[in-house]
Amino acid sequence: MAKKSLLQEFTKGIIKENPVLCLVLGTCPTLAVTTSAANAIGMGVSATLVLLCSNITISLLRKVIPNKVRIPAFITIIAGFVSIVQMIVKAYAPSIDEALGVYLPLIVVNCIILGRAEMYASKNGVIASAVDGLGMGVGFTVALLCMGIIRELLGAGTIFGIPVTSNFMEPITIFILAPGGFFVFGMLIALANKLSGKCKKPEEIGCGSCPMKSKCHKNTEEGAVE
Amino acid sequence: MVGKLYASSSPHLRQGDTTRKIMLDVIIALLPACIASVVIFGYMSAVLIAVSVVSCVICEYICRRIMKRNNTIGDLSAVVTGILLALNYPVSLSPLIAIGGSVVAIVIVKQMFGGIGQNFVNPALTARIVLLTSFSSKMSNWTEPFAYLNKNAADAVSTATPLADGEHLTSYFDLFFGIHGGCLGETCVLAILLGGIYLVARRVITPLIPLTYMGTVAILSLCFGLDPIYQLLSGGLMLGAVFMATDYTTTPLSNLGRFVFAVGCGLLTMLIRQFGSLPEGVSFSIVIMNILVPYIEKFTRLKPKGFIKPKKESASK
Repeated sequence: MAKKSLLQEFTKGIIKENPVLCLVLGTCPTLAVTTSAANAIGMGVSATLVLLCSNITISLLRKVIPNKVRIPAFITIIAGFVSIVQMIVKAYAPSIDEALGVYLPLIVVNCIILGRAEMYASKNGVIASAVDGLGMGVGFTVALLCMGIIRELLGAGTIFGIPVTSNFMEPITIFILAPGGFFVFGMLIALANKLSGKCKKPEEIGCGSCPMKSKCHKNTEEGAVE
Repeated sequence: MVGKLYASSSPHLRQGDTTRKIMLDVIIALLPACIASVVIFGYMSAVLIAVSVVSCVICEYICRRIMKRNNTIGDLSAVVTGILLALNYPVSLSPLIAIGGSVVAIVIVKQMFGGIGQNFVNPALTARIVLLTSFSSKMSNWTEPFAYLNKNAADAVSTATPLADGEHLTSYFDLFFGIHGGCLGETCVLAILLGGIYLVARRVITPLIPLTYMGTVAILSLCFGLDPIYQLLSGGLMLGAVFMATDYTTTPLSNLGRFVFAVGCGLLTMLIRQFGSLPEGVSFSIVIMNILVPYIEKFTRLKPKGFIKPKKESASK
């Protein structure tokens, strides 16, 4: 049973609770970095490494860290690992470091990593936390890679820098720019919702979270009946 | 006796206006500009308009089918979007890119937000901006007027639009009749004005927004020390003011709101023309003001006559 649940912990991060596409966390690096597939992989792998290490450490220290100062403690731990990863990237892949720019050190404040520390690692055992971190990291990387490939293919006509369609088709530059990032992001969220079976009709969701509910005729009529 | 008594809510007096009739009026109003574009730029402009219209209608049909909604191609709004979109293209544009523009306008801007009446920005203008940022060189490759008559010359003789050439080389006469480089529908001011007058006469639009928009541009160009007539007649201003800024869905409801909207459009247009890196700013300014419409509506909401703010009332007591 334990094994199966570990497998579930791993796979939930990829589709069902994909940090980018379902939990909509870490949107900033997702939009900023995915202009090319190579950048997306660089970002995804760095974040996965940090996530794995920080989840293990925080899970180990979860009984030592006082509850009141847990967020600063988490951030400090995460910042340590980010510094290590940044130095490694600078040493061995300077081109990726240059392309990612400020977004590499900004992994410190990435919602996914802090979110997993707060929601999972501080409440669960070491092995489970490690698997959770790995699954979430893979999910993050896969989502970034999807976006990176789509945006690079449409916006520059290449994949990983290899020309695919740029020889016979003029690339659609807007996909490399910020608005194209939002287009692709929205489409992928819709696709992930469809795949994970979370698509609901408006009637099933109800009016509770609608910002216009106080002015909506439907709501006032229902309210009058009730 | 009982069967003859109809109980219905107001309004009881109705005009025969339908979306289809209004859109038909807009299409008729756009015809002079289409004809002018064919006369000035040759048969390729007719091909572009046809491709754009057909692809818009097909996109709308497929979209509604996939989304399992009732089909709305009969209301002709997709045709209007297609014509407006085509009037924003340079004549040298490839029809494939025009199809891409139709997909953006209909699928992304219109249908994904719920179809006619639900889009928060003008579909044709947004598609134009997307194409302009994607294919900036192709979207601003202006052909000289009547280049198609001269068969010895190269296929497309590139030229600058009157706004981009720096010195004001084009005469008022050429500007008014559209004998200069530019988008298909924006050059011939006469044709656009004819369409605008038809729309006002048929009461499809009120002249408030176009006149305020043009007035703001004229006053601001005087302030910047530019030639106001030249600024009014060149670029996409007339097309934008008459057909784009008067779109029902994306403009405020009250007259005060429309006034604010049009002044904002004029202000942004002149700021972009004067200080921006692009020569023309009509499409950007209208789309930006489209996005601001909910806020304009909020601050210009009509108050019932004799309405006193509840807070003030309690304070005075």
